[in-house]
Amino acid sequence: MTLLLVAAGAAFGAPARFLTDLIVAHYAGRRLPWGTFVVNVVGSGLAVFLAVAVASPGWSALLVVGFCGALTTYSTLSYETLRLVEDGRWYHALGNVAANLAGGLIAGLAGFALAHLITG
Amino acid sequence: MSEPPRPPVGHVLRATPVSALVAVSAGGAIGALGRYGLTRAFPSDPSEFDLATFTANAAGGLLIGVLMVVVTEVAPGGRLVRPFLGVGVLGGFTTFSTYIVDIGRAANAGDTALAVAYAFATMAVALLTAAAGMYGTRRVLLRSNRGEGAR
Repeated sequence: MTLLLVAAGAAFGAPARFLTDLIVAHYAGRRLPWGTFVVNVVGSGLAVFLAVAVASPGWSALLVVGFCGALTTYSTLSYETLRLVEDGRWYHALGNVAANLAGGLIAGLAGFALAHLITG
Repeated sequence: MSEPPRPPVGHVLRATPVSALVAVSAGGAIGALGRYGLTRAFPSDPSEFDLATFTANAAGGLLIGVLMVVVTEVAPGGRLVRPFLGVGVLGGFTTFSTYIVDIGRAANAGDTALAVAYAFATMAVALLTAAAGMYGTRRVLLRSNRGEGAR
């Protein structure tokens, strides 16, 4: 059952990342990988919020492990960072990993605070 | 340099083939199941190094490095290969949100050293494995291609 929930969450999370990347790139261009940054920050904040606020193992498998896990990505972050390095754009590469990490942590803190505010 | 007028975002979304979305969705489910399997095989407490997620993100880096060199430099043209394997399977297999949750759990448990070590170890190893996948694949596949092409 848990397997089905993880797979179902990811079946929505992965295409949500794909479409978000298309939409973000449409407005922000592809010079910098903003799409991955957006899904990683939003997905991290949502995952921390849900990890604190949702106690049910089933909902957690569906939403945290499945949906948020597949909405966010480390492989694309690594690849896009290396592409920046290959283009000689070291500052952009460093900025990319720093922005994802800092953005993810800040969003996570916000999710943590919001969850505690709601659940008391 | 004047940029061409940007079409409405709806055009871009409608131009996305349904087959690509299905490939991403199916691949994402498969990848996430692989990641979940790793967490069941190597479970960890909040105050421990999450070896399963670390391994998924490191292995996913290696595989995306191999895949992207293959689909962009060695054998381009497979329309659904990148959506299915790259965006789907590897995107679903690796995760940034669990990485952040792990860092937060370690910090919340008072183990700042673990939080910092996990954060930087994952980042460094994922980048190194991705680089190894890219350069290793180029060495092996593009060298043999060049050999044939040179005649």
